[in-house]
Amino acid sequence: MPEQVKHDDGEGGVQIDMISAGRMDEMTSMEKIHFILDGVREGKVVILEAGLSPDEEAKLIEVTMTEISPDGFSGIEIESYPKESPKSGFLDRILGEDESKMTVIGPANQIETLHKDSELISAVVSAR
Amino acid sequence: MGIITEIRNSISQTVNGIFADDGTARIGIYGPPNAGKTTLANRIARDWTGEAMGAESQIPHETRRAQRKEDVTIERNGNSVTLDIVDTPGVSTKVDYQEFVDFGMDEDDAIERSREATEGVAEAMHWLKEDIDGVIYVLDSSLDPFTQVNTMLTGIIESRDLPILIIANKVDLEDASPQRIDQAFPQHETVPLSGLEGDNTDELYEKIAEQFG
Ligand SMILES: Nc1nc2c(ncn2[C@@H]2O[C@H](COP(=O)(O)OP(=O)(O)OP(=O)(O)O)[C@@H](O)[C@H]2O)c(=O)[nH]1
Ligand SMILES: [Mg+2]
Repeated sequence: MPEQVKHDDGEGGVQIDMISAGRMDEMTSMEKIHFILDGVREGKVVILEAGLSPDEEAKLIEVTMTEISPDGFSGIEIESYPKESPKSGFLDRILGEDESKMTVIGPANQIETLHKDSELISAVVSAR
Repeated sequence: MGIITEIRNSISQTVNGIFADDGTARIGIYGPPNAGKTTLANRIARDWTGEAMGAESQIPHETRRAQRKEDVTIERNGNSVTLDIVDTPGVSTKVDYQEFVDFGMDEDDAIERSREATEGVAEAMHWLKEDIDGVIYVLDSSLDPFTQVNTMLTGIIESRDLPILIIANKVDLEDASPQRIDQAFPQHETVPLSGLEGDNTDELYEKIAEQFG
């Protein structure tokens, strides 16, 4: 199991799972995506110390779509920091640098706002 | 790939730019829901083929299946480029049928629309994987361009080395800020326009011929 930092005050609380860059490195793409979506579907906020690659983000969108259903899960909110650099080019890509962005993902129906500015991502989560 | 097809491809490339297998570049119109993709696709298709492509609506996720218009020949300054135009469903990371109920749809229709919408988003992502040779990325310039969907989707497109033309759409709206879009994507060419009113389509066709020709 991935390393987790848990905050759960039991009733009505929101659990936050944080996964280290080291642990993410050891996971395959689909393991990462299932780790994220399994958590978010249970109402958790998942924080990835290192973000996803473009291919993994594409896969995450696709798999999220297959899991949406009218009686519960309506998808994800996601923000990354730092923002993928518009300057990131060929070199960054082979060096994998644009994967080193922290990413916060939560359930769309519970996250009222997920806001990002240049130095801060703030999530307003409604307890169920 | 055999040497003959390789030669043929390199020949056709010099004649007509970026190519799909059948020799015509397939240009996907991408962006978030409601950005005006279909309105723009209809304008391009009407201008050059006389026929529209699909339904436009203020309710998001109107396009839930990709629509392709084949052999759209655009002429600019004596050059001509022939493209397949693919209007794709708007991409989002969430679909809530309640949103459609809020637009006045009854619950069953709203649920059906949301199911189709999720399939549409997945379909848009699939086309991007192997069937698209270039992208027209449409944004509503009255909205903040720095959303995660825009960042992710343009990042995915860039990682696949596809040429991108950014459209700062809806410049007819009072609070439109095409400059903000230009600043958000400094690495790409941006064309400000109104797909609805038809403002600045000359520049659009020039840039299409330049980027995808
Ligand atoms: N003011 C203004 N409205 C526009 C413009 N282009 C499109 N619209 C409106 O925006 C709404 C959405 O347009 P569509 O073309 O259906 O948007 P879309 O991007 O195809 O949306 P999906 O298919 O849901 O992803 C409609 O109400 C259009 O009339 C424009 O240039 N200016
Ligand atoms: Mg559409």
